[in-house]
Amino acid sequence: MNQYILEIIYLIASVTFVIGLKMLSGPQTARSGNLWAAFGMTIAIAGTIYLYNSNDPSAVTTREPIKMAFIFGGIAVGTIIGWMTAKRVKMTAMPELVSLFNGMGGACAALISLLEFHHNVGQSERIAVIMAGLIIGSVSFSGSIIAFLKLNGTLSKSLRLPHYNKINTLLMIVTVLAGVYLTASNSDSFGFLILVFALSLLYGVLFVVPIGGADMPVVISLLNSFTGLAAAFGGFLYGNQVMLTGGILVGSAGTLLTVAMCKAMNRPLFNVIFGAFGESAAVATGKSGVTGSIKDISISDTAVLMNYSKKVIIVPGYGLAVAQAQHVIHELEQLLEERGVDVKYAIHPVAGRMPGHMNVLLAESNVDYSKLSEMEEINPEFSNTDVVVVVGANDVVNPAAKTDPSSPIYGMPILDVENSKHIIVNKRSMSAGYAGIDNELFYNPKTSMLFGDAKDVLTKLVAELKTM
Amino acid sequence: MEINNLIAFLGENMQMIYILILSVFVGVEVIGKVPSVLHTPLMSGANAIHGVVIIGSIIVMLNTPADNIGLLTLGFIAVVLGTLNVVGGFVVTDRMLEMFKKKEKK
Repeated sequence: MNQYILEIIYLIASVTFVIGLKMLSGPQTARSGNLWAAFGMTIAIAGTIYLYNSNDPSAVTTREPIKMAFIFGGIAVGTIIGWMTAKRVKMTAMPELVSLFNGMGGACAALISLLEFHHNVGQSERIAVIMAGLIIGSVSFSGSIIAFLKLNGTLSKSLRLPHYNKINTLLMIVTVLAGVYLTASNSDSFGFLILVFALSLLYGVLFVVPIGGADMPVVISLLNSFTGLAAAFGGFLYGNQVMLTGGILVGSAGTLLTVAMCKAMNRPLFNVIFGAFGESAAVATGKSGVTGSIKDISISDTAVLMNYSKKVIIVPGYGLAVAQAQHVIHELEQLLEERGVDVKYAIHPVAGRMPGHMNVLLAESNVDYSKLSEMEEINPEFSNTDVVVVVGANDVVNPAAKTDPSSPIYGMPILDVENSKHIIVNKRSMSAGYAGIDNELFYNPKTSMLFGDAKDVLTKLVAELKTM
Repeated sequence: MEINNLIAFLGENMQMIYILILSVFVGVEVIGKVPSVLHTPLMSGANAIHGVVIIGSIIVMLNTPADNIGLLTLGFIAVVLGTLNVVGGFVVTDRMLEMFKKKEKK
Protein backbone atom coordinates (compact mmCIF):
# COMPACT_ATOMS: atom_id res chain seq x y z
CA MET A 1 0.00 0.00 0.00
CA ASN A 2 2.78 2.41 0.99
CA GLN A 3 4.47 1.63 -2.30
CA TYR A 4 1.41 2.88 -4.22
CA ILE A 5 1.08 6.02 -2.11
CA LEU A 6 4.75 6.78 -2.75
CA GLU A 7 4.31 6.27 -6.48
CA ILE A 8 1.36 8.66 -6.48
CA ILE A 9 3.50 11.22 -4.63
CA TYR A 10 6.23 10.75 -7.24
CA LEU A 11 3.68 11.26 -9.99
CA ILE A 12 2.51 14.51 -8.41
CA ALA A 13 6.11 15.64 -7.95
CA SER A 14 6.94 14.91 -11.59
CA VAL A 15 3.92 16.92 -12.70
CA THR A 16 4.95 19.86 -10.50
CA PHE A 17 8.42 19.80 -12.11
CA VAL A 18 6.91 20.03 -15.57
CA ILE A 19 4.43 22.71 -14.50
CA GLY A 20 7.18 24.59 -12.67
CA LEU A 21 9.38 24.71 -15.74
CA LYS A 22 6.38 25.67 -17.87
CA MET A 23 5.45 28.53 -15.54
CA LEU A 24 9.03 29.80 -15.61
CA SER A 25 8.30 30.90 -19.17
CA GLY A 26 6.47 34.06 -18.09
CA PRO A 27 7.58 36.77 -15.66
CA GLN A 28 4.18 36.75 -13.93
CA THR A 29 4.00 33.02 -13.32
CA ALA A 30 7.71 32.27 -12.93
CA ARG A 31 7.89 32.69 -9.20
CA SER A 32 4.95 30.46 -8.42
CA GLY A 33 6.34 27.94 -10.90
CA ASN A 34 9.51 27.74 -8.88
CA LEU A 35 7.49 27.31 -5.69
CA TRP A 36 5.42 24.52 -7.26
CA ALA A 37 8.57 22.64 -8.19
CA ALA A 38 9.92 23.19 -4.67
CA PHE A 39 6.67 21.84 -3.25
CA GLY A 40 6.91 18.74 -5.44
CA MET A 41 10.49 18.23 -4.35
CA THR A 42 9.52 18.49 -0.68
CA ILE A 43 6.78 15.87 -0.86
CA ALA A 44 9.00 13.56 -2.92
CA ILE A 45 11.74 13.78 -0.28
CA ALA A 46 9.36 13.36 2.67
CA GLY A 47 7.57 10.49 0.93
CA THR A 48 10.86 8.71 0.26
CA ILE A 49 11.97 9.05 3.88
CA TYR A 50 8.77 7.55 5.33
CA LEU A 51 7.31 5.32 2.63
CA TYR A 52 10.17 3.95 0.53
CA ASN A 53 10.71 0.22 0.61
CA SER A 54 13.29 -1.60 -1.45
CA ASN A 55 11.80 -4.13 -3.86
CA ASP A 56 15.22 -5.63 -4.36
CA PRO A 57 15.70 -8.65 -2.03
CA SER A 58 19.43 -7.93 -1.63
CA ALA A 59 18.77 -4.52 -0.09
CA VAL A 60 16.74 -4.36 3.10
CA THR A 61 15.09 -1.08 4.00
CA THR A 62 15.00 -0.27 7.69
CA ARG A 63 14.38 2.88 9.69
CA GLU A 64 16.41 2.72 12.89
CA PRO A 65 16.57 5.97 14.85
CA ILE A 66 20.27 6.39 14.17
CA LYS A 67 19.72 6.30 10.41
CA MET A 68 16.84 8.70 10.61
CA ALA A 69 19.04 10.99 12.70
CA PHE A 70 21.72 10.89 9.99
CA ILE A 71 19.18 11.63 7.26
CA PHE A 72 17.45 14.49 9.07
CA GLY A 73 20.80 15.80 10.28
CA GLY A 74 22.05 15.89 6.70
CA ILE A 75 18.95 17.64 5.48
CA ALA A 76 19.17 20.17 8.32
CA VAL A 77 22.83 20.95 7.66
CA GLY A 78 22.28 21.25 3.89
CA THR A 79 19.20 23.42 4.35
CA ILE A 80 20.86 25.85 6.71
CA ILE A 81 24.03 26.25 4.63
CA GLY A 82 22.14 26.35 1.31
CA TRP A 83 19.56 28.82 2.58
CA MET A 84 22.09 31.18 4.14
CA THR A 85 24.38 31.15 1.12
CA ALA A 86 21.54 31.71 -1.31
CA LYS A 87 20.06 34.52 0.76
CA ARG A 88 23.32 36.32 1.33
CA VAL A 89 24.93 36.13 -2.07
CA LYS A 90 25.04 39.29 -4.12
CA MET A 91 23.08 39.30 -7.35
CA THR A 92 26.34 39.70 -9.25
CA ALA A 93 27.70 36.46 -7.85
CA MET A 94 24.64 34.48 -8.97
CA PRO A 95 26.24 32.62 -11.88
CA GLU A 96 29.05 31.16 -9.80
CA LEU A 97 26.60 30.16 -7.09
CA VAL A 98 24.44 28.29 -9.60
CA SER A 99 27.60 26.58 -10.75
CA LEU A 100 28.52 25.66 -7.18
CA PHE A 101 25.10 24.19 -6.38
CA ASN A 102 25.24 22.30 -9.64
CA GLY A 103 28.55 20.80 -8.53
CA MET A 104 26.96 19.69 -5.24
CA GLY A 105 24.30 17.76 -7.17
CA GLY A 106 26.99 16.13 -9.31
CA ALA A 107 28.98 15.15 -6.22
CA CYS A 108 25.84 13.68 -4.66
CA ALA A 109 25.23 11.53 -7.76
CA ALA A 110 28.86 10.37 -7.80
CA LEU A 111 28.75 9.47 -4.11
CA ILE A 112 25.58 7.43 -4.59
CA SER A 113 27.32 5.46 -7.32
CA LEU A 114 30.35 4.84 -5.11
CA LEU A 115 28.12 3.57 -2.31
CA GLU A 116 25.97 1.38 -4.55
CA PHE A 117 28.85 -0.24 -6.39
CA HIS A 118 29.84 -2.97 -3.98
CA HIS A 119 26.56 -4.82 -3.48
CA ASN A 120 25.58 -4.62 -7.13
CA VAL A 121 28.67 -6.41 -8.44
CA GLY A 122 27.58 -9.28 -10.61
CA GLN A 123 24.60 -7.49 -12.11
CA SER A 124 26.36 -5.97 -15.06
CA GLU A 125 23.43 -3.81 -16.27
CA ARG A 126 23.17 -2.18 -12.86
CA ILE A 127 26.94 -1.68 -12.70
CA ALA A 128 26.80 -0.04 -16.13
CA VAL A 129 24.19 2.42 -14.83
CA ILE A 130 26.27 3.02 -11.70
CA MET A 131 29.39 3.69 -13.78
CA ALA A 132 27.53 6.16 -15.98
CA GLY A 133 26.25 8.00 -12.90
CA LEU A 134 29.72 7.99 -11.35
CA ILE A 135 31.54 9.33 -14.41
CA ILE A 136 28.98 11.99 -15.35
CA GLY A 137 28.41 13.07 -11.74
CA SER A 138 32.14 13.40 -11.05
CA VAL A 139 32.83 15.33 -14.26
CA SER A 140 29.96 17.65 -13.42
CA PHE A 141 31.26 18.11 -9.88
CA SER A 142 34.89 18.94 -10.63
CA GLY A 143 33.95 20.92 -13.75
CA SER A 144 31.44 23.03 -11.82
CA ILE A 145 33.97 23.75 -9.09
CA ILE A 146 36.48 24.94 -11.70
CA ALA A 147 33.76 27.05 -13.34
CA PHE A 148 32.95 28.49 -9.92
CA LEU A 149 36.61 29.35 -9.25
CA LYS A 150 36.99 30.90 -12.68
CA LEU A 151 33.87 33.04 -12.34
CA ASN A 152 34.71 34.36 -8.90
CA GLY A 153 38.16 35.27 -10.12
CA THR A 154 40.26 32.78 -8.14
CA LEU A 155 41.31 31.13 -11.38
CA SER A 156 41.58 34.04 -13.75
CA LYS A 157 43.78 32.65 -16.48
CA SER A 158 42.78 29.93 -18.86
CA LEU A 159 45.42 27.29 -18.36
CA ARG A 160 46.19 25.39 -21.50
CA LEU A 161 48.40 22.37 -21.58
CA PRO A 162 50.09 21.73 -24.89
CA HIS A 163 47.87 19.48 -27.04
CA TYR A 164 45.17 19.72 -24.40
CA ASN A 165 42.50 18.68 -26.90
CA LYS A 166 44.30 15.42 -27.57
CA ILE A 167 45.03 14.90 -23.87
CA ASN A 168 41.39 15.55 -22.95
CA THR A 169 40.00 13.30 -25.64
CA LEU A 170 42.43 10.57 -24.67
CA LEU A 171 41.56 10.98 -20.99
CA MET A 172 37.86 10.77 -21.79
CA ILE A 173 38.36 7.56 -23.75
CA VAL A 174 40.52 6.05 -20.99
CA THR A 175 37.92 6.97 -18.36
CA VAL A 176 35.05 5.44 -20.31
CA LEU A 177 37.10 2.33 -21.09
CA ALA A 178 37.98 1.93 -17.42
CA GLY A 179 34.28 2.15 -16.58
CA VAL A 180 33.42 -0.37 -19.30
CA TYR A 181 36.15 -2.70 -18.09
CA LEU A 182 34.90 -2.56 -14.52
CA THR A 183 31.38 -3.29 -15.77
CA ALA A 184 32.34 -6.16 -18.02
CA SER A 185 34.85 -7.81 -15.69
CA ASN A 186 32.40 -8.28 -12.78
CA SER A 187 35.30 -7.18 -10.62
CA ASP A 188 34.73 -5.97 -7.09
CA SER A 189 37.96 -3.97 -7.04
CA PHE A 190 37.55 -0.92 -4.83
CA GLY A 191 40.86 0.44 -6.05
CA PHE A 192 39.72 0.32 -9.65
CA LEU A 193 36.46 2.02 -8.71
CA ILE A 194 38.41 4.87 -7.12
CA LEU A 195 40.57 5.02 -10.25
CA VAL A 196 37.48 5.59 -12.41
CA PHE A 197 36.32 8.22 -9.93
CA ALA A 198 39.71 10.00 -9.96
CA LEU A 199 39.97 9.89 -13.75
CA SER A 200 36.48 11.40 -14.04
CA LEU A 201 37.34 14.19 -11.61
CA LEU A 202 40.53 14.91 -13.51
CA TYR A 203 38.63 14.98 -16.80
CA GLY A 204 36.13 17.47 -15.37
CA VAL A 205 38.99 19.77 -14.34
CA LEU A 206 40.82 19.52 -17.65
CA PHE A 207 37.54 19.92 -19.54
CA VAL A 208 36.72 23.32 -18.02
CA VAL A 209 40.20 24.76 -17.31
CA PRO A 210 41.08 25.64 -20.93
CA ILE A 211 37.66 27.12 -21.68
CA GLY A 212 37.81 30.82 -21.21
CA GLY A 213 36.22 34.06 -22.12
CA ALA A 214 32.62 34.44 -22.96
CA ASP A 215 32.10 30.70 -23.17
CA MET A 216 31.68 30.18 -19.43
CA PRO A 217 27.85 30.46 -19.42
CA VAL A 218 27.65 27.76 -22.05
CA VAL A 219 29.81 25.48 -19.92
CA ILE A 220 27.68 26.00 -16.82
CA SER A 221 24.57 25.22 -18.80
CA LEU A 222 26.20 22.10 -20.21
CA LEU A 223 27.32 20.92 -16.77
CA ASN A 224 23.80 21.59 -15.53
CA SER A 225 22.43 19.12 -18.04
CA PHE A 226 25.21 16.67 -17.09
CA THR A 227 24.05 16.65 -13.49
CA GLY A 228 20.49 16.15 -14.70
CA LEU A 229 21.68 13.12 -16.62
CA ALA A 230 23.55 11.78 -13.60
CA ALA A 231 20.36 12.12 -11.53
CA ALA A 232 18.44 10.28 -14.23
CA PHE A 233 20.91 7.38 -14.08
CA GLY A 234 20.24 7.24 -10.36
CA GLY A 235 16.55 7.04 -11.20
CA PHE A 236 17.23 4.14 -13.52
CA LEU A 237 19.23 2.36 -10.85
CA TYR A 238 16.44 2.50 -8.27
CA GLY A 239 13.55 2.28 -10.71
CA ASN A 240 12.64 5.65 -9.26
CA GLN A 241 10.32 7.57 -11.56
CA VAL A 242 10.67 11.04 -10.06
CA MET A 243 14.47 10.96 -10.23
CA LEU A 244 14.20 9.88 -13.82
CA THR A 245 11.70 12.54 -14.90
CA GLY A 246 13.42 15.30 -12.91
CA GLY A 247 16.85 14.35 -14.20
CA ILE A 248 15.86 13.93 -17.82
CA LEU A 249 13.79 17.15 -17.83
CA VAL A 250 16.85 19.07 -16.70
CA GLY A 251 19.08 17.11 -19.04
CA SER A 252 17.04 18.02 -22.10
CA ALA A 253 16.32 21.54 -20.85
CA GLY A 254 19.98 22.19 -20.16
CA THR A 255 20.99 20.88 -23.56
CA LEU A 256 18.42 23.09 -25.27
CA LEU A 257 19.53 26.11 -23.26
CA THR A 258 23.16 25.37 -24.12
CA VAL A 259 22.30 25.27 -27.82
CA ALA A 260 20.29 28.49 -27.50
CA MET A 261 23.27 30.24 -25.91
CA CYS A 262 25.61 28.99 -28.59
CA LYS A 263 23.21 30.33 -31.20
CA ALA A 264 23.20 33.72 -29.50
CA MET A 265 26.97 33.79 -29.84
CA ASN A 266 26.89 32.26 -33.30
CA ARG A 267 29.41 29.65 -32.30
CA PRO A 268 28.97 25.91 -32.72
CA LEU A 269 29.00 23.95 -29.47
CA PHE A 270 31.89 21.91 -30.83
CA ASN A 271 34.12 25.01 -30.90
CA VAL A 272 33.20 25.88 -27.35
CA ILE A 273 34.08 22.45 -26.04
CA PHE A 274 37.22 22.01 -28.05
CA GLY A 275 38.43 25.45 -27.15
CA ALA A 276 38.80 27.04 -30.59
CA PHE A 277 37.92 30.30 -28.88
CA GLY A 278 40.82 30.17 -26.47
CA GLU A 279 43.37 29.22 -29.08
CA SER A 280 42.55 31.97 -31.54
CA ALA A 281 42.22 34.50 -28.72
CA ALA A 282 45.81 33.83 -27.80
CA VAL A 283 46.80 34.51 -31.39
CA ALA A 284 44.75 37.70 -31.58
CA THR A 285 46.21 39.23 -28.45
CA GLY A 286 49.66 38.42 -29.73
CA LYS A 287 48.95 40.29 -32.94
CA SER A 288 47.18 43.27 -31.33
CA GLY A 289 46.57 45.02 -34.62
CA VAL A 290 44.33 47.81 -33.36
CA THR A 291 45.99 51.20 -33.20
CA GLY A 292 44.82 54.77 -33.00
CA SER A 293 44.21 57.37 -30.37
CA ILE A 294 41.52 57.40 -27.77
CA LYS A 295 39.63 60.40 -26.51
CA ASP A 296 38.70 61.13 -22.89
CA ILE A 297 35.53 62.91 -21.84
CA SER A 298 34.83 64.63 -18.54
CA ILE A 299 31.80 63.97 -16.38
CA SER A 300 30.36 67.43 -16.91
CA ASP A 301 30.71 67.17 -20.69
CA THR A 302 28.95 63.81 -20.55
CA ALA A 303 26.15 65.33 -18.48
CA VAL A 304 25.68 68.16 -20.97
CA LEU A 305 25.70 65.79 -23.90
CA MET A 306 23.07 63.56 -22.33
CA ASN A 307 20.92 66.37 -21.07
CA TYR A 308 20.47 67.76 -24.58
CA SER A 309 19.92 64.42 -26.25
CA LYS A 310 16.60 63.13 -27.50
CA LYS A 311 17.43 59.51 -27.26
CA VAL A 312 19.93 57.64 -25.10
CA ILE A 313 20.60 53.92 -25.14
CA ILE A 314 22.41 52.27 -22.26
CA VAL A 315 24.43 49.13 -22.96
CA PRO A 316 25.10 47.35 -19.67
CA GLY A 317 27.76 44.67 -19.26
CA TYR A 318 29.47 42.71 -16.56
CA GLY A 319 31.32 45.83 -15.36
CA LEU A 320 27.96 47.22 -14.23
CA ALA A 321 27.38 44.11 -12.17
CA VAL A 322 30.86 44.16 -10.65
CA ALA A 323 30.52 47.80 -9.63
CA GLN A 324 27.01 47.18 -8.22
CA ALA A 325 25.89 50.16 -10.30
CA GLN A 326 22.42 48.87 -11.20
CA HIS A 327 20.63 51.24 -8.81
CA VAL A 328 22.47 54.37 -9.80
CA ILE A 329 21.99 53.64 -13.49
CA HIS A 330 18.26 53.42 -12.87
CA GLU A 331 18.47 56.79 -11.13
CA LEU A 332 20.26 58.21 -14.17
CA GLU A 333 17.60 56.77 -16.45
CA GLN A 334 14.76 58.29 -14.38
CA LEU A 335 16.48 61.67 -14.24
CA LEU A 336 16.91 61.74 -18.01
CA GLU A 337 13.33 60.58 -18.57
CA GLU A 338 12.07 63.44 -16.40
CA ARG A 339 13.83 65.81 -18.74
CA GLY A 340 12.19 64.30 -21.76
CA VAL A 341 15.03 62.10 -22.94
CA ASP A 342 13.99 58.74 -24.31
CA VAL A 343 16.10 56.12 -22.50
CA LYS A 344 16.35 52.43 -23.32
CA TYR A 345 18.57 49.55 -22.33
CA ALA A 346 20.10 47.36 -25.02
CA ILE A 347 20.55 43.85 -23.71
CA HIS A 348 22.91 41.58 -25.60
CA PRO A 349 21.98 37.90 -25.18
CA VAL A 350 25.33 37.07 -23.58
CA ALA A 351 25.94 40.30 -21.68
CA GLY A 352 27.23 39.50 -18.23
CA ARG A 353 28.15 35.97 -17.36
CA MET A 354 24.84 34.23 -18.07
CA PRO A 355 21.99 34.82 -20.49
CA GLY A 356 19.49 37.09 -18.81
CA HIS A 357 22.07 38.13 -16.21
CA MET A 358 21.57 41.82 -17.00
CA ASN A 359 17.80 41.48 -16.88
CA VAL A 360 17.93 40.01 -13.41
CA LEU A 361 20.31 42.71 -12.28
CA LEU A 362 18.28 45.60 -13.69
CA ALA A 363 15.07 44.07 -12.40
CA GLU A 364 16.67 44.22 -8.96
CA SER A 365 16.78 48.00 -9.18
CA ASN A 366 13.18 48.17 -10.46
CA VAL A 367 13.97 49.13 -14.04
CA ASP A 368 10.77 48.92 -16.08
CA TYR A 369 10.52 45.65 -18.00
CA SER A 370 9.48 47.47 -21.20
CA LYS A 371 12.69 49.51 -21.20
CA LEU A 372 14.83 46.43 -21.72
CA SER A 373 15.24 45.76 -25.41
CA GLU A 374 16.79 42.68 -26.92
CA MET A 375 19.44 42.91 -29.56
CA GLU A 376 17.33 42.29 -32.67
CA GLU A 377 14.74 44.93 -31.80
CA ILE A 378 17.19 47.61 -30.69
CA ASN A 379 19.84 47.33 -33.41
CA PRO A 380 17.89 49.33 -36.04
CA GLU A 381 17.35 52.08 -33.46
CA PHE A 382 21.00 52.97 -32.96
CA SER A 383 21.09 55.09 -36.14
CA ASN A 384 18.63 57.60 -34.67
CA THR A 385 20.18 57.61 -31.23
CA ASP A 386 22.13 60.60 -29.94
CA VAL A 387 24.18 58.97 -27.21
CA VAL A 388 25.00 55.38 -26.45
CA VAL A 389 26.41 54.76 -23.00
CA VAL A 390 28.36 51.54 -22.75
CA VAL A 391 28.74 50.63 -19.08
CA GLY A 392 31.21 47.87 -18.40
CA ALA A 393 30.49 46.01 -21.63
CA ASN A 394 33.16 45.22 -24.16
CA ASP A 395 33.01 42.12 -26.32
CA VAL A 396 29.31 42.54 -27.10
CA VAL A 397 30.00 45.89 -28.79
CA ASN A 398 33.26 44.93 -30.50
CA PRO A 399 32.99 45.63 -34.25
CA ALA A 400 35.69 43.04 -34.88
CA ALA A 401 32.91 40.47 -34.61
CA LYS A 402 31.63 41.82 -37.93
CA THR A 403 34.74 43.03 -39.68
CA ASP A 404 37.71 40.91 -38.69
CA PRO A 405 37.53 37.24 -39.75
CA SER A 406 40.65 36.48 -37.74
CA SER A 407 39.04 37.67 -34.51
CA PRO A 408 38.02 34.95 -32.07
CA ILE A 409 34.58 36.49 -31.72
CA TYR A 410 34.09 36.85 -35.49
CA GLY A 411 30.52 35.95 -36.38
CA MET A 412 29.01 36.73 -32.99
CA PRO A 413 26.11 39.14 -33.43
CA ILE A 414 26.84 42.42 -31.68
CA LEU A 415 25.02 45.61 -30.77
CA ASP A 416 25.54 48.14 -33.57
CA VAL A 417 26.46 51.00 -31.26
CA GLU A 418 28.79 52.59 -33.81
CA ASN A 419 25.74 53.71 -35.82
CA SER A 420 24.75 56.28 -33.20
CA LYS A 421 25.97 59.89 -33.09
CA HIS A 422 28.04 59.65 -29.92
CA ILE A 423 29.37 56.71 -28.03
CA ILE A 424 30.46 57.03 -24.43
CA VAL A 425 32.30 54.06 -23.02
CA ASN A 426 32.68 53.70 -19.29
CA LYS A 427 35.47 51.35 -18.32
CA ARG A 428 37.84 51.09 -15.42
CA SER A 429 40.88 50.92 -17.67
CA MET A 430 41.92 50.12 -21.21
CA SER A 431 42.27 46.44 -20.42
CA ALA A 432 40.63 43.96 -22.75
CA GLY A 433 37.25 42.36 -22.08
CA TYR A 434 36.57 38.90 -20.72
CA ALA A 435 37.38 37.32 -24.06
CA GLY A 436 40.81 38.94 -23.83
CA ILE A 437 40.76 40.83 -27.12
CA ASP A 438 41.23 44.45 -28.15
CA ASN A 439 38.26 46.58 -29.15
CA GLU A 440 38.59 49.02 -32.04
CA LEU A 441 35.36 50.73 -31.00
CA PHE A 442 37.38 52.63 -28.40
CA TYR A 443 39.45 54.20 -31.20
CA ASN A 444 36.40 55.25 -33.21
CA PRO A 445 36.34 59.07 -33.69
CA LYS A 446 32.77 59.09 -32.35
CA THR A 447 33.78 57.34 -29.16
CA SER A 448 34.71 59.09 -25.92
CA MET A 449 36.11 57.20 -22.98
CA LEU A 450 34.86 57.87 -19.48
CA PHE A 451 37.30 56.05 -17.23
CA GLY A 452 36.49 55.02 -13.70
CA ASP A 453 34.46 52.63 -11.59
CA ALA A 454 30.93 52.46 -13.01
CA LYS A 455 29.17 53.23 -9.75
CA ASP A 456 31.51 56.08 -8.93
CA VAL A 457 31.27 57.69 -12.35
CA LEU A 458 27.51 57.29 -12.65
CA THR A 459 26.93 58.73 -9.18
CA LYS A 460 28.92 61.82 -10.12
CA LEU A 461 27.08 62.01 -13.43
CA VAL A 462 23.71 61.94 -11.68
CA ALA A 463 24.86 64.67 -9.28
CA GLU A 464 26.09 66.77 -12.20
CA LEU A 465 22.82 66.33 -14.09
CA LYS A 466 20.82 67.42 -11.05
CA THR A 467 22.59 70.78 -11.05
CA MET A 468 21.63 71.46 -14.65
CA MET B 1 24.30 -13.73 -25.69
CA GLU B 2 25.15 -10.12 -24.97
CA ILE B 3 22.40 -9.00 -27.32
CA ASN B 4 19.91 -11.22 -25.51
CA ASN B 5 20.94 -9.68 -22.19
CA LEU B 6 20.44 -6.23 -23.62
CA ILE B 7 17.00 -7.07 -25.00
CA ALA B 8 16.00 -8.63 -21.69
CA PHE B 9 17.25 -5.53 -19.86
CA LEU B 10 15.27 -3.22 -22.13
CA GLY B 11 12.17 -5.39 -21.82
CA GLU B 12 12.33 -5.48 -18.04
CA ASN B 13 12.74 -1.72 -17.84
CA MET B 14 10.33 -0.79 -20.59
CA GLN B 15 8.23 1.44 -18.34
CA MET B 16 11.29 3.45 -17.32
CA ILE B 17 12.40 3.74 -20.91
CA TYR B 18 9.00 5.14 -21.86
CA ILE B 19 9.30 7.72 -19.08
CA LEU B 20 12.81 8.57 -20.21
CA ILE B 21 11.93 9.16 -23.84
CA LEU B 22 8.73 11.07 -23.13
CA SER B 23 10.54 13.24 -20.55
CA VAL B 24 13.09 14.25 -23.18
CA PHE B 25 10.27 15.55 -25.38
CA VAL B 26 8.47 17.24 -22.51
CA GLY B 27 11.69 18.94 -21.43
CA VAL B 28 12.39 20.26 -24.90
CA GLU B 29 8.80 21.40 -25.48
CA VAL B 30 8.32 23.12 -22.14
CA ILE B 31 11.65 24.91 -22.20
CA GLY B 32 11.59 25.84 -25.85
CA LYS B 33 9.10 28.57 -25.03
CA VAL B 34 11.04 30.39 -22.31
CA PRO B 35 12.02 33.92 -23.39
CA SER B 36 15.72 34.71 -23.17
CA VAL B 37 15.17 37.26 -20.39
CA LEU B 38 14.25 34.40 -18.09
CA HIS B 39 17.16 32.18 -19.06
CA THR B 40 19.14 32.79 -15.89
CA PRO B 41 16.26 31.97 -13.52
CA LEU B 42 15.40 29.02 -15.73
CA MET B 43 18.91 27.63 -15.53
CA SER B 44 18.82 28.12 -11.79
CA GLY B 45 15.38 26.52 -11.45
CA ALA B 46 16.43 23.54 -13.54
CA ASN B 47 19.53 23.33 -11.39
CA ALA B 48 17.32 23.01 -8.30
CA ILE B 49 15.18 20.33 -9.94
CA HIS B 50 18.09 18.02 -10.65
CA GLY B 51 18.67 18.15 -6.92
CA VAL B 52 16.09 15.35 -7.00
CA VAL B 53 19.21 13.19 -6.90
CA ILE B 54 18.93 13.64 -3.11
CA ILE B 55 16.24 10.95 -3.18
CA GLY B 56 18.91 8.50 -4.29
CA SER B 57 21.06 9.43 -1.32
CA ILE B 58 18.12 8.91 1.05
CA ILE B 59 17.49 5.48 -0.48
CA VAL B 60 21.16 4.58 0.01
CA MET B 61 20.86 5.54 3.66
CA LEU B 62 17.64 3.60 4.21
CA ASN B 63 19.19 0.46 2.70
CA THR B 64 22.43 0.69 4.68
CA PRO B 65 22.75 -1.48 7.82
CA ALA B 66 22.43 0.74 10.89
CA ASP B 67 25.73 -0.47 12.36
CA ASN B 68 27.86 0.54 9.38
CA ILE B 69 28.85 4.02 10.53
CA GLY B 70 31.35 4.48 7.69
CA LEU B 71 28.73 4.01 5.00
CA LEU B 72 26.21 6.07 6.97
CA THR B 73 28.69 8.92 7.16
CA LEU B 74 29.27 8.86 3.42
CA GLY B 75 25.50 8.73 2.91
CA PHE B 76 25.16 11.67 5.28
CA ILE B 77 27.58 13.68 3.13
CA ALA B 78 25.57 12.75 0.03
CA VAL B 79 22.36 13.93 1.73
CA VAL B 80 24.02 17.24 2.69
CA LEU B 81 25.26 17.78 -0.88
CA GLY B 82 21.86 16.94 -2.37
CA THR B 83 20.07 19.22 0.07
CA LEU B 84 22.46 22.06 -0.76
CA ASN B 85 21.58 21.62 -4.42
CA VAL B 86 17.83 21.56 -3.77
CA VAL B 87 17.49 24.27 -1.12
CA GLY B 88 20.18 26.58 -2.50
CA GLY B 89 18.80 26.19 -6.02
CA PHE B 90 15.19 26.98 -5.16
CA VAL B 91 16.04 29.87 -2.82
CA VAL B 92 18.38 31.52 -5.35
CA THR B 93 15.79 31.14 -8.09
CA ASP B 94 13.15 32.63 -5.84
CA ARG B 95 15.39 35.58 -5.07
CA MET B 96 15.91 36.28 -8.75
CA LEU B 97 12.22 35.99 -9.55
CA GLU B 98 11.19 38.11 -6.59
CA MET B 99 12.77 41.02 -8.43
CA PHE B 100 10.85 40.37 -11.58
CA LYS B 101 7.65 40.31 -9.59
CA LYS B 102 8.29 43.60 -7.79
CA LYS B 103 8.83 45.27 -11.08
CA GLU B 104 5.64 43.77 -12.57
CA LYS B 105 3.56 45.31 -9.79
CA LYS B 106 5.06 48.70 -10.32
